[in-house]
Amino acid sequence: MTGSELHEALTLPSTLSTVEIVEAKATEYAQKAGFDEDTASQISMVSREAAVNAVLHGNKKAPDKSVRATFSLSPEKLTIQVADEGEGFDPTSVPDPLSPEGLLRPSGRGIFLMRAIMDEVHFRQLSPGAEITLVKHRNRD
Amino acid sequence: MSMNVKLRHVGGVTVLDLSGRITLGEGSIGLRDAIRDALAAGSKKILLNVADVNYIDSAGLGELVGAYTSVKNAGGDLKLMNLSKKVKDLLVITKLLTIFDVKENETDAIAAFA
Repeated sequence: MTGSELHEALTLPSTLSTVEIVEAKATEYAQKAGFDEDTASQISMVSREAAVNAVLHGNKKAPDKSVRATFSLSPEKLTIQVADEGEGFDPTSVPDPLSPEGLLRPSGRGIFLMRAIMDEVHFRQLSPGAEITLVKHRNRD
Repeated sequence: MSMNVKLRHVGGVTVLDLSGRITLGEGSIGLRDAIRDALAAGSKKILLNVADVNYIDSAGLGELVGAYTSVKNAGGDLKLMNLSKKVKDLLVITKLLTIFDVKENETDAIAAFA
């Protein structure tokens, strides 16, 4: 672990290429943070989920709306934020994917996976839009 | 960045060897098409070999669930085999391991269809 801090902010279009960019950048930061391969892969996957939500559900692929992704690495934690310019998002509106009827639903696992894999997940309403913050502490798996 | 599907038949079972990524877009559509084609060809016993699947996202998990439902609705049986630790962890977290019939290897899986 180094004492240095890294920070990067990207403004990206509302296209699926953004999903790939966020995933690749999250992988890069997770590796820089020193997480093992499985954990880095999981962090990259849930960052991808956040980007998918922003592009598809938030901005609905609107060409005049952007996705802002920030990646911050401190000695204590990796923080990834993804914000869209859509109509906002209520995380409580997503049905429980572990319920008997939820298990066979083909969608609705993205937020659940973020919460299961990251140490902290925060949602913030913007005007307009929504922001997801994903945090993974470096001193534990 | 996408998924490849190879189809073979072993003892009356249709084996789909999946490799690559099952993710939103091409990867998940590829699986959907492969299942649809197998069912259309009359296959009722379908085995997904995910040994070479190195990445699944929630859309990919959704496609696995969709595959399971499609095969069940057609009166068939779908099993998974050769799960990597990464894929198995995801199925454990999402409790999908309680739905899928998962086998360690092809011999066990083929025998379990009998």
